[in-house]
Formats: sequence, structure tokens, C-alpha cells
Amino acid sequence: MSDAAAERNIDTSKMQVSDEIAIQIAAMNKWYGTFHVLRDINMTVNRGERIVICGPSGSGKSTLIRCINRLEEHQAGQIIVDGTELSSDLKNIDKVRSEVGMVFQHFNLFPHLTILENCTLAPIWVRKVPKREAEETAMHFLEKVKIPEQADKYPGQLSGGQQQRVAIARSLCMKPRIMLFDEPTSALDPEMIKEVLDTMISLAEEGMTMLCVTHEMGFAQAVANRVVFMDQGQIVEQNEPKEFFNNPKSDRTKLFLSQILGH
Amino acid sequence: MSDTHANTVSYVRDSMLPEQEPPLKERGAMKWLRENLFSGWLNTALTLLSIFVIWFIIIEVGPWLMNTVWNAGSLRECREILDGTSGACFAVIKDRWHQLMFGFYPQDMYWRPVLAFVLMLVAVAPILFAELPRKMLYFSGLFPFIGYHLLWGGSIWLPIAALMGFVAGYIAFRLLDRMSSLISTLGAVAAALVWWFVLAAPFNAVLSSALPVGLPFVRSDAFGGFLVSLVIGVSGISLSLPLGILLALGRQSEMIFVKTVCVVFIEFIRGVPLITLLFTASLLLNYFLPPGTSFDLILRVIIMVTLFATAYMAEVIRGGLAALPKGQYEAADALGLDYWKAQRLIIMPQALKISIPGIVNTFIGLFKDTTLVVFIGLLDPIGLSNAIRADTNWNGIYWELFIFIGALFFIFCFSMSRYSQYLERKLKTDHR
Repeated sequence: MSDAAAERNIDTSKMQVSDEIAIQIAAMNKWYGTFHVLRDINMTVNRGERIVICGPSGSGKSTLIRCINRLEEHQAGQIIVDGTELSSDLKNIDKVRSEVGMVFQHFNLFPHLTILENCTLAPIWVRKVPKREAEETAMHFLEKVKIPEQADKYPGQLSGGQQQRVAIARSLCMKPRIMLFDEPTSALDPEMIKEVLDTMISLAEEGMTMLCVTHEMGFAQAVANRVVFMDQGQIVEQNEPKEFFNNPKSDRTKLFLSQILGH
Repeated sequence: MSDTHANTVSYVRDSMLPEQEPPLKERGAMKWLRENLFSGWLNTALTLLSIFVIWFIIIEVGPWLMNTVWNAGSLRECREILDGTSGACFAVIKDRWHQLMFGFYPQDMYWRPVLAFVLMLVAVAPILFAELPRKMLYFSGLFPFIGYHLLWGGSIWLPIAALMGFVAGYIAFRLLDRMSSLISTLGAVAAALVWWFVLAAPFNAVLSSALPVGLPFVRSDAFGGFLVSLVIGVSGISLSLPLGILLALGRQSEMIFVKTVCVVFIEFIRGVPLITLLFTASLLLNYFLPPGTSFDLILRVIIMVTLFATAYMAEVIRGGLAALPKGQYEAADALGLDYWKAQRLIIMPQALKISIPGIVNTFIGLFKDTTLVVFIGLLDPIGLSNAIRADTNWNGIYWELFIFIGALFFIFCFSMSRYSQYLERKLKTDHR
């Protein structure tokens, strides 16, 4: 991992993992109708950890991270995020959602609002931040993702990579303690992937707790401190990136890696 | 020239070509004519046919319109003035202008509907045009009560009592705002209902006897002409949109009871012709109400027309909701917005924008359907045209009245259509 970090010139000084638990998932199961999508998931994420979840399509990796902010409901087991257990209690769900940022594959920006309005909407209406302050925060994060000059445009006028960076800024404006990424680069042209990954790396450098579903193995090697491999709704293998890529234990992982790194 | 190299594999342009004007045939009016009117033999034939039809209409209708008689007391007088030549007799409009506008509204009080109409335009303006100061919306909110009092008169305390129901609801909402938005909404509705059904009547009675202020009362059967069309149309339009939104949301609800009620309501209302609802309003409704309650006929018609338009509106808006990608809901959820905030800030602005053509279509339909009230004895413009013909002076006049009524309806409906196009252009932010 340190080699990859050095290659990309990544500052690992702040990327410390604390002992504090950010997310705890215990014996969690989920069904879509009668289809058992997630089977007995157990996982603990410490604050500051950066976890990459990978696996073949249909393996339940997106469903897993969508359960963490209750976009999907789990039917058995426990998910505790930042000390709050996710149940059908709407208050807890709203609390968790305002602490957990999420970035989607298809950006899901609000097309009827400008970039700035996209970023200030939730702080103003959920956190009750004064408009002025929300705008300042939004501009701060737009600068961070390197598109402050687009603030007054509409999402439809931006490229895919720019839109995804706005989506990241929009999540950051809520000052989340955990960020979830659901295949953030899968809908992008190759040349735009880098700009989004760079943004994510700089986020990692600041010590953000991140769960990322992605097929970007370079990113996993560079910043993740754990790679989780899922298949058929189960966690098949997890390990630190170096071990995971160089010395996979399960046959399923080996097959998967040979397919995605083979060409 | 570099062109000579164009056939070889390696090629470098060494001189850039200057820009040239397109050939004469390809620019300006010539190009437009050729492309749009004479692009082929079929198009040319259709162009010629259209010219002929337009010419024919002008030849036939033109003199009739140009020969209009504006000043006459009866159709017979008109014909004497025309003396055998073909000509329109729009004198009937001039003669019966007040009646066509106000019906049998007391003559000395015409200023009331006129003022109400002007104030309505003022109230509607800030809703239609976002550039106007937002403070004007307070007036828009008050207008229904002002308008009611101007048109019907009576004790001023009745509209004030009705208004205070909303105030009570708002206060309850504010007090409960710290709880969840569901509790505060329910609290607001409960407070308003308690006020209207329990407290408003004694409040109105006490103040009306203690301080009898207000314009003279005008009965609903004095209303007629475009006044009736506008009162029913404008009330129906302004009520059916918010109710339609609620109904559309209800139909999408995960709560089975809410959903069932909405589906049954929508399907029932859509499955029944408007005219039967109007007959219900005029004939049957009194059977269902407690004995002794008399319910104004125009009010009953407004309720029925609104319910009818609401069901259609709900379906139009549901179409808009269905067109939104699921990701919009998810993004709103993921940011921690609750249901009502997500609806208000994210979902509805987009769903309504998509539904604009359908919404305005429903509005226009509703406005024109107000002419159906003629069948339950309200004297809308169509009803008045029958009444005018019943007068021996104007017996036998059809075209002029219907052209006038049609033209007025056209002005309203066409304005709505143009406005919706303006709005669609203005709200186009997706740059697709």
C-alpha cells in the first residue's frame, strides 16, 4: 500500500484509524421479496477507515452500503451508525442520514437548482443554517472539488466528472462524519474518472471515514486500508489491499481478480 | 492548392478557405418560401389550396363582419339599417353588454365585481411572475376572502371567521413545528377544523350582531354572465391544483388506507360525467345535508367542478411524478430531507414542471366546462344567450352572440396556453 501511496504522492499522515467505532453491522440479513440479497453480514468500520467493497454485479455490494443510510431496509440483524441504531424509527433514520453523506453512480443532482443551490439546500432546510453561512460553506467545498466557477450553472450544463464532484461537494456541505460512495466512477468517461478519484483521495487524506463500492482497483490500492470482496450476498474475503491483491485466499476472489485485472 | 493532395494518404492543408455566402436560392425569404411552401408538388398543391380557402373565407365572412351594425335596439332595427345587404349585428352585444358580463347583478353595484376582477389580476400576478415582489403573495392569500366579500357582500365577519381558521391552523403548525412535520400538519388541520366547525359560527354570530359591518348582500341567483364563468373557473382552477397534488401524493402513498381512498375517489370522479355531478350538486346534495342547511348553489357547483378537475389533475401530476428518476427521491432522502421537505423542494418543482402542459390542459378544460352550468339553471353566457333570444327584440340572433362568447373564452384559454409555454421556457434548466 505504501508503494502505491508513494506513487500517487499521497499524504498518509492524517489517515489514522482510531479505535472508535463508526459503523457496526451484526448478523444483518436482507431480502427482496423472497430473494435473499444479503446474508449474515458482519462488519465493523472504525472512524477514519477507508473501505473498498468490490465484487461481481448482483453480489449485493450496493445494497449493503444503501442499507447503511436506510435507502434500503434490512429485515434481520443490527446496523449501528455513529451510535444510532437503524430501525423503523424515522427520527433515527433522519439523524443517521444527516450524518452520512452519499454519492451515487448517476450523481442525482437536482436539475432544477443551480450548483450552489444544490449544495445549500440540505444545510438550510435540514440543519437550519442561515443562507449566507450555507453559501459560504458551499463555496468552500466547491473550491475544494475545484469547480467554484460553476456555482451559478445548472447541473445539465456540466460534464459528468464535474457533476460527480458537485455531488461530492453537496454531501460534504452537510459536514458528514461518514461518506458512502456507490460506484461513483462507473458512469463516467475514462478521462473524467481521474478527477473524481483525485477528489476522493484528497477526502481520504483528511481522515474521512469512507465506504466505497468501486471497481477502481488502483484507488483501492492507493487509499483503502481494507478491501471487502462480496459474492452472492456474502462477504467472501476481506483483507488489507496488498494482501488482498497479491495473495487472495478464496478461489472466488482469485477468479474475480483475474477477470478484472487480467486485461 | 492543397486540394490536389487530398487524395494522397498524407495530407496537410496549407491555406485556409475563406468563408463564402450561400447561393441566392439558399438564403432569406427565397429559401424560406421554397423550403416551407413549395418544397415538392404535394406541398405546392397544399399551399395553393390553403390560399384558396383563406381567400374564400375572407370573401364570404369579410363583408359580413365589415358591415357590422353597432347601434340598434333590436334585430329588426338592424335589418332595416342593413337594408338587405349582408352584415353582422353586434349591436346585441352593446345592448346587452352588462347582462352578458354580470347577469342580473344589481346595477348600482357593478363596481364590486369589477373591483374584484382587478384585484384578482393583482393577486394572481405574483403567482404567475416570480420577478414581482414576494410580499405581494400575502395579498394573494387574502384575496379569496376579499373577493368573496366584494361579490356576495353580507357580514364582513363571515370571511374573517373563515380566514381565522387558517390563522388557527398556522399557529398550531408553528407551536408543534419542533415535533415531526406529520404531527404539526395534523395539529394544524385539527385546529382549523375545530375553529370552523365549533367556534367560527358563534364568533360570526356575536360579532355580526354587535358590529354589523359589510357590503349589502347579493344573492347567488343574481349572478350571471361571465361573472359566473369566472367565479367558478377561477375558484376551480385555484383549488384543483393544490388538491390534485395532495391526491396524487396520496395515490403514491405506502399507507394502504390513504392510497385506497385516493384511488377510489379518482376513479369514481373520472368515471362519471361532469353533468351528472352538476345535477347532483343542484338537485341531490340537499338530501344528504342536515335539514335546514341551505347551501349556496354557486358554492355547490364550485365544489363539484373542483372535485372533477382535481381527479384529472391528480392523474396529470402522477404522470409527472412517475417521470422523475428514482435517484431524485434517493438523493433527497440521503441528504436527510423529510418527506414533505423532499416533496416541496425536490420532487414537486420537477414533477409540476413536467406536468405543465397537462395541468394547463385541465385548467382550460375546466374553464370551458363551466358553460355546462347552463343545464342546472345558472345563467352563464350561454344561458344568457338563450335568455336574450327569448326576448322578442333579439329573437333569431345566433352568430353574433356565440362569436362574442367564443372570443372571450378564447382570450382566456389562449392566454393560459401562452403563459404555460412561457413558463416551460423559463423553467427549462435541464439543457437537454
